[in-house]
Parts: sequence; C-alpha cells; structure tokens
Amino acid sequence: MSQNDTGIHQVQDEIIDEFSLFDNWMDRYDHLIEEGKELPAMDEKFKKNEYLVEGCQSRVWLYPESSDGKIYFKADSDAIIVRGIIALLVKVLSGRTPDEIIDSDLYFIEKTGLSQNLSPTRSNGLLAMLKQMKLYAIAYKAKEKS
Amino acid sequence: MINKYNVFDINKIRSNFPVLSTKVYGRQLVYFDNGATTQKPESVIKALTEAYSTYYSNIHRGVHALSDISSEKYEAARERIRSFINASSKEEIVFTAGTTASINLVAFSFGERYISSGDEVLLSTLEHHANIVPWQMMCERRNARLRVIPVNDDGTLCLDELDHLINERTKIVAVTQVSNALGVMVPVRKIIEKAHNNNIPVLVDGAQGIQHGKVDVRELDCEFYVFSGHKVYGPTGIGVLYGKREWLESMPPYQGGGDMVDRVTFKGTTYNKLPFKFEAGTANFVGAIGLAAALDYIESIGMENIVRQESELTNYAGERFEETGGVRIFGNIKEKISIMSFLIDKVHPYDAGMILDKMGIAVRTGAHCAQPIMTRFGIDGTIRASMCFYNTKEEVDMLVEGIDKVKTMML
Repeated sequence: MSQNDTGIHQVQDEIIDEFSLFDNWMDRYDHLIEEGKELPAMDEKFKKNEYLVEGCQSRVWLYPESSDGKIYFKADSDAIIVRGIIALLVKVLSGRTPDEIIDSDLYFIEKTGLSQNLSPTRSNGLLAMLKQMKLYAIAYKAKEKS
Repeated sequence: MINKYNVFDINKIRSNFPVLSTKVYGRQLVYFDNGATTQKPESVIKALTEAYSTYYSNIHRGVHALSDISSEKYEAARERIRSFINASSKEEIVFTAGTTASINLVAFSFGERYISSGDEVLLSTLEHHANIVPWQMMCERRNARLRVIPVNDDGTLCLDELDHLINERTKIVAVTQVSNALGVMVPVRKIIEKAHNNNIPVLVDGAQGIQHGKVDVRELDCEFYVFSGHKVYGPTGIGVLYGKREWLESMPPYQGGGDMVDRVTFKGTTYNKLPFKFEAGTANFVGAIGLAAALDYIESIGMENIVRQESELTNYAGERFEETGGVRIFGNIKEKISIMSFLIDKVHPYDAGMILDKMGIAVRTGAHCAQPIMTRFGIDGTIRASMCFYNTKEEVDMLVEGIDKVKTMML
C-alpha cells in the first residue's frame, strides 16, 4: 500500500502528457491495455457481489481500505480496456484523503478523450465506479467525524 | 433498384439510406447493428416530413380538412400493414408504440380475461426480455407461473420437450420467431400446431422476423403477431399488434383514455370497437404513416431479393469467420437470419466492441436484452454483428479485419 505523494493535479498532468503522444485511438487503446495489464490483479476474495459496481457491459469491482486517514482502492474489471481506465482512476485517487477525493476535479478524463467511456450512456461500470469512490470518501469522512 | 436480371444494385440501394454515408472517427461507417434498429430510407424520412409539413392534424376527432387527411392516411397505413402481413381485416391491426408495448398489452388484457391462479404461460429460453418480463409481471398478479422451453447447444429449441411442457394449465404460448441474440429461426409453425392441438393460443414475437422474410399471419395461424416499426426500416415509437378478431374482441382494454371509448359517464364507460378499443390517446399516426412508407419500400425491393442478399452475406460471413479462426459463433446453424453472434477467444466482448467502434464498425456487445440465453451458454454476453440487405461483403471483410486487429491488440 504505497502512499500517493504526488499531487492529484500532477498525476493527472502526467497522464495527459502520456496520452498526448498518441494521435489515434488504437494507440490510446494499446496504452490502456498496457495500463490494464500492469494494474495488480485483485484478490479473488474481493470479486464478489458486495464489491461489484453496477454496469451491464462489463463488470467492475471496487474495494476500499483506509489507513492513516487515507483511502486506498483496489479495483478490477473483466474487460481489459476498462481495466486500463480503472488503473488511471486508481493512480489519481488512491492513497488520498477523503477531502481530496471528494473535491477532486478529474480534468484528465476530458483531456485524454476518455469522457465517452465515462458517460452515463455507457453502462460499463466506470462512471458508477467513480461515483462509488466519491461515496466511500464521503462515508469515511462522516465516520471520522462521528 | 432491381434490374431486369433481378440483381441487386447495392450502390443504388445504399444511396437510399442517408445515414450509411456517415463517417465516424473519420472512417466510413459500417453499420452492423440492424438487430437493434435499422436505418431509414429517404422515402420514409420524406413521408414523415410531408406529414408534419403539409397535413399534420389530430386524427378521428376533427371537423376540418386536415384532420380528415390525417385520419385517412392513418387508416390507409393500417390497411398497408394488414396487406403486408396478410391479416383478414384492418380491425385486427392495432397500432402500439412497439413490440414491447404490444406484448405488454396482450400480457395484461389476455391475463385479465384468461389467466387464473395456477395457470401457466409457456415461453422459450431464447426470448428477449420484452417477451419475458410482461408475462412475469402478469403471472405475479394472477398467481400463475412461467414454463420455459429449453435450448439445445446449437441454439435450437428442444421441441421434444414441448409435449411435456404443454398441459391443461397452459393458457398461452409466447415465442419469438427469430432469436435476437443468436439469429436462429424458431420453427414457430410447428409450435403453433402443437399448441393448437391443445386449443392453446400463440403469440409470436416478430421483432426480428418481419424484416427478414415474408410473414403471412393467416398461414402461420398464430393468434397474435407483434413487431416494431423501427426494426423494419420505419420510424421509432410505432409498432403493431396483430390479433385474431375473436381474441381481441374478448379481451378487456389495456389503457383507458380518448379514442378508445364509445360513451363515457361517471357511472361507467362503454368501449369503442376494434381496433380503437386498444388505441387510447392520440395515436402515433405520423409513425404509422412512416411505417407504411417503409413497407412500401421493402416491397419495391422485394422480400425475396432481401432474403437472398442477406443469406449470401450470412454465408460469406460464416466462411470468413472460419478462415480467420479464433472465433466462437453462437447459434451457428443453417436456419438463421443475418446475425453473427460470437466471441473472440480470450477477449471480453466489450473490449472488442470498443476497438471495432473506433474502426467505424457499429456492433452490439453484451447480453442483447436476452440474459437467459446467455446464462444457458454460461457467458455474460457476445459480440453481435447484425446485417441486412444494404450491407456488403466488403463490410464483412472490414469486420473480419477488425476482429484480426482486436486479436493482435489483445495478445
């Protein structure tokens, strides 16, 4: 569980820089497939309905853990390109404080051209996962206060 | 469009469909999602524009000239649909919003009149959710239950099971004519015969059948036949329920409102005659007019030509798929329409769909609103390339190239 020392904007800017090297979709997808392969596989014990976020085209699992006031996410999908996008979301949001997650402006999604994949009309689980990440942060913050 | 040698002029036909010249991501669109909805020929678009711009007015209630024209065109559309499916009379053609609406209507009204506690409704594993859920909801209300005809490994129905499944509690059989998820044709004629031997009425879901072959409801002899306009080159939001007169007569109305009534008082209401009894509210008469134009278009090409062209495409796709390898086809039988439902080895269908999309190829991925048949095969979904007569072998080649590209990228 590595702490995310790089700022949320810096991580996003790095992702945008990487994507700016590609001038076509196949290269972007190739890159996402690589990202997807590099994302550590989620332990099968977390791949249960409890951690399944909605989405009917592909399945996405999300498991949160917290320590030292930060939230860490483990996530996975059965589709590799979706997994690649998950890897990016985890890079940006895992190891952050609840406030950082709640207030995050995820501009990299638009700038990398991935917004189509996170639109409400695509039921691939990605948008639901993003919402779920923020919901976990809100719940964690509420728990901390009480 | 058909020359004297009875050969397709594919370029001419394609030029009738404006959307087909669209570019996506800078590439020529390859539209293989016809099972979800078909593109519209110019004549349909023109009929809609003409209705809205020259004679649009509400039907059946105006005293004025335009209302008369609209009403006449609407009723002419009904006659057009009657002749297309060879129903006995116009009164047997009810306009609905689509296949789903038609099935909901029958499930409700038939259920109210004929289904009681302990009764059974017989469906098949191949059904689209639209031919499952309305029956399920009705069964819950009436304390009845669903029985299901199982499917063999090749995607055909286990017809031998029919004799065990049909019994004295069976009140209706509702089956699809063609599986939307696999493209396999169901021997509905045989099922209807068996059901009729036991005096059981049959509803045929023609959503994927009407556009791929000649339908004659009198020859089929089914009690109900339903389809959507938008899958047969017509507009969205219009559909048809054909019902044999005696059945429609005996069923109570589904929705209440204007146009479906004869006389209304606060003590009670008497209902209009067929087909208006089932058409509450302002009908989608412009949609009906557009649908009639679509059927005119189909007849101008000739259903036999459509069937020939589509079967050539299907055979060609089968050969090309086999050549390239690494592809598992579901429902790979001879008796099928132009749908290729498949998986690429070790590739999630959604990944494949995303890559094909960026190559300009529109396919559908997932369970195709038919989860039970996916469960039957132990899969979450497939990639479905659904072709029709305006598609070409070159497009099939592009799909195969796309499949090869997916394989390389996923290695």
